[in-house]
Amino acid sequence: MFKIPKRKTKKRLDRPQKKPEKLINKDNVRIDGRKLEQLRPVKIEVGILANADGSAYIEQGKNKILAAVYGPKEVHPRHLALPDRTVLRCRYHMAPFSVEERKSPAPSRREIELSKVIREALEPSIFVEYYPRTSIDIFIEVLQADGGTRCAGITVASLALADAGIPMRDLVAACAAGKVDGHLVLDLMDLEDKEGEADLPLALMPNLNAITLLQMDGDLTTDEFEQVLHLAVEGCKQIYAFQKEALKAKYVAVKEATEEE
Amino acid sequence: MTSSITVAKVKQKRVAELISHGKRLDERGLNDYREVQLEVGIIERAEGSARVRLGKTEVTVGIKIEIGAPFSDVPNKGVLTVNAELVPLASPKFEPGPPNENAIELARVVDRGIRESKAISLEKLCITPGKKVLVVFIDVYVLNHDGNLIDASAMAALAALLNTKVFNYEIKDGEVEIKPGYTQLPIVDHPIAVTFAKINDNLVVDPWLVEEQIMDTRLTITIDKDGKICAIQKGGYGYFSMEKILEAAKIAQQKAEELRKIVAKN
Repeated sequence: MFKIPKRKTKKRLDRPQKKPEKLINKDNVRIDGRKLEQLRPVKIEVGILANADGSAYIEQGKNKILAAVYGPKEVHPRHLALPDRTVLRCRYHMAPFSVEERKSPAPSRREIELSKVIREALEPSIFVEYYPRTSIDIFIEVLQADGGTRCAGITVASLALADAGIPMRDLVAACAAGKVDGHLVLDLMDLEDKEGEADLPLALMPNLNAITLLQMDGDLTTDEFEQVLHLAVEGCKQIYAFQKEALKAKYVAVKEATEEE
Repeated sequence: MTSSITVAKVKQKRVAELISHGKRLDERGLNDYREVQLEVGIIERAEGSARVRLGKTEVTVGIKIEIGAPFSDVPNKGVLTVNAELVPLASPKFEPGPPNENAIELARVVDRGIRESKAISLEKLCITPGKKVLVVFIDVYVLNHDGNLIDASAMAALAALLNTKVFNYEIKDGEVEIKPGYTQLPIVDHPIAVTFAKINDNLVVDPWLVEEQIMDTRLTITIDKDGKICAIQKGGYGYFSMEKILEAAKIAQQKAEELRKIVAKN
């Protein structure tokens, strides 16, 4: 019922260019033509994998990421089960072909750290005490990466959890902001992240004003930090609107399908 | 870190209650560090070393320097690697085996502070561009876990770097020849990590083990010598409000100054 729409064959992405002289031109336009505080185009679909209890797919710029949720289900191995709550497990993984140089499929230290912080970003949104002695497994597969994959991964995994029907306090929306060529910008792409001055990924439960993921690397004064923080929160709120739209779209599709029958 | 030891409910309650009144079980203020003891040069075999005691938390860092190949995208820079071992003798909850996610996070947070503040001038560690560079191995060895491993490890790593001496060398016919004598490793910034635990909506600095067990969540802010923020890591379940994060950023600035003085003294 939920097929991924057919896409035209796409041309290969150009090999990453050397660093252009300027990442932001004098008219405050970024290398991909965006304004400073503009998100990349976001496209989300919910419920696209047949076997998973919940699933979702996101394209944010050139990022293409799938998330699937299995559970609540019996815990394997069994001794990991907790008597008073579900065990949330999360694997963030990048496909070997998702980046310029082939990445070994074995989990890297980066992926292990990201799996941990993503799990900790999603857990506050879930009523873990509703399902004692069970586990909920979240799998995030990055099929193509172009910067900001941990944030897009959280955005899409939160939708997969909702799609699996797991009771939640709010959706978790995530977005990065940072500093590039001296300008504060929203939603950094890979080149901006690598060549820019700072990157601050943030995840938010917008209805509760609760920040569930916060990381930063780079170089920011306290004032810049405060501004970047606000910018990232605004980005999350825009992402949140896309999330709600995508979730509703799925149920409209279900409704239409049943009416046709 | 979240190696869950069991803390009696009554003790948990007591600790949380005290904190909501601005007090702590070990009689510190909410923004006070435990006593810091720092020694450097404790391992003669290593090019640099340091031991930090933060209350009962104890971390030793050893630095080894080797000649190796640079990364292909930065052919003229030395290589920095940080590894952390949660050694089984440090806590009943640590187990032998490859580093788990807590050890990896610890190593990566320490790494991020040093890397992002550009504390080591990696350009100066290039021997022949694209072929040979110096590789700096920072190995964090946790010897006793009583909470706040991140700050203790970051401080020990910095103190060890400041204590590191590199063997002299000369290039003869494209080969590196080791010469007698040593030169100081070029360290140009002093990143300091400051960690907070959020307990019942109160921030406490330098959480000890019991506070880590009962905390909602954790925030580490690393400050460079100019007072700028160079790395942040939120850890643990739970969340922060924007106000708490900005409050933490302010406190971190002051605390980093205090700790930097202790490191500089050695």
